[in-house]
Amino acid sequence: MILAKTTAWDIFTNSLIKEEGYKDVLQGLMNTLEIAILGLIIGIAIGTIIAIVKVIPKYKKLPRILEKIADIYVGFFRGTPMIVQLLIGKYILLAKVPIDDVLIAVVIFGLNSGAYVSEIMRSGIQSVDVGQLEAGRALGMSYASTMMRVIIPQAIKNILPTLGNEFIVLVKETSVVSFIAVIDITKAFRSMADATYEYIVPYLMLALIYLIIVMLITVLIKIMERRLKKSDRN
Amino acid sequence: MTEINANPMIEVLNLTKKFGSLTVLDDISTTIEAGEKVAIIGPSGSGKSTFLRCLNCMEDPTSGQIIFDNENLADMKVDINKHRENIGMVFQQFNLFNNLTVKKNIMLAPVSLGMKKIRKANIKNFFTKIYNLFNKKSPKELIEVTETRKSITIKAEQKAMELLRRIGLEEKANVYPSTLSGGQKQRVAIVRALAMNPKVILFDEPTSALDPEMVGEVLELIKELANEGMTMVIVTHEMGFAKEVANRVMFIDDGKIMEEGTPQQVFNEPKNERLQGFLAKVLQ
Repeated sequence: MILAKTTAWDIFTNSLIKEEGYKDVLQGLMNTLEIAILGLIIGIAIGTIIAIVKVIPKYKKLPRILEKIADIYVGFFRGTPMIVQLLIGKYILLAKVPIDDVLIAVVIFGLNSGAYVSEIMRSGIQSVDVGQLEAGRALGMSYASTMMRVIIPQAIKNILPTLGNEFIVLVKETSVVSFIAVIDITKAFRSMADATYEYIVPYLMLALIYLIIVMLITVLIKIMERRLKKSDRN
Repeated sequence: MTEINANPMIEVLNLTKKFGSLTVLDDISTTIEAGEKVAIIGPSGSGKSTFLRCLNCMEDPTSGQIIFDNENLADMKVDINKHRENIGMVFQQFNLFNNLTVKKNIMLAPVSLGMKKIRKANIKNFFTKIYNLFNKKSPKELIEVTETRKSITIKAEQKAMELLRRIGLEEKANVYPSTLSGGQKQRVAIVRALAMNPKVILFDEPTSALDPEMVGEVLELIKELANEGMTMVIVTHEMGFAKEVANRVMFIDDGKIMEEGTPQQVFNEPKNERLQGFLAKVLQ
């Protein structure tokens, strides 16, 4: 029997299958998706609230105080690195709380994304014609219900491509969660590479997986856009 | 033309509106009687649209009072939403909700306000029940909630379809506003206001954004409402229409009512110099 030359590919498949690297990869994939998807959902919720706080008329004192708080929040989460936010979350704020690391990552990603989404959402709200708000108010609807039923749906339609961007960024940014000992897809492949000193193949595979995820998101956004387009002129 | 009762619908007292240092409305007082059709004319920038928008506080007056239903709408403490249900408004740019179908456009406010009433009643009942737990001897009565989301929606839908039938746009019930012509949009906007059963409707240049061939259908609908006795205030550039429909024509310039009277008086025997100049320009 001729001893075949061990290629980089062989080393990779070996560590993926025989060394059971696939378990980490699957776990990592789950974590990556969980953190990105839940993070985006939390982010949209927080971002919408903050955007409304920012566009609400400022006659009274309360909205002005809320806006200051929102400014500080957005300033902090946009102005500091995600890694630091994760570390603060895990080792300072939630150090004593027995909580799953993945959950910490979800919360921090949600808070971080909320800061970015708030500005996206604000531009979306401001892109909706002011006449829409006036029409709702003139019918006797409150500011809040006009916002929820008329303005926000139109704003979301306008910002959908940008939200898709945010989601993609979020998916790729999950690669920093290994800082708080969460296994994500990047971490899973890095472990394999570190163990075998063979870097190229695992990282190319990693890139391929990210690419597939991002392409799926792109398709998803396109489908949503098409469905929301039905209120435009054909 | 219907009879006008001496029964004030909206009383305007010393209304002043400033944008920064610019005085747009200068101490205007007038009364709009129930059943009256008031046409407001004047050059652009004269403050006529601002005057109209102050009547339902879309613009908050800088000073002065707007008395409607025995309450001063200019007072920030008044629940303006409650009163706006009774004051319909039609905009120059139609402002149909782009994200909703024609039918849903008409249904949105009736349904969401109906639901709000139910929610309010339920919350009140909740506290009354707690109160009653501690006062078994003299329990307070609960508010009866007979409506449900379903019953409100069905009623609103019936009303919407009835209104659409009236303007001959039934088949457009489930399309989005972007597929309608300007005239159709404005007629839908008018029946959307009607769905709230308002006591008065404010028209802010309802035909100014329309192609000429669509002006007629919208004016026709407004005329119909006028003949049914609806109280209305119309800011318009359509002098012929004002002459035909209005009981009273108001000429506003420089933030003041420069002249007012019957269409006969205003158009045929204008006394104010500016009004004469304005009419000479628009009626040539």
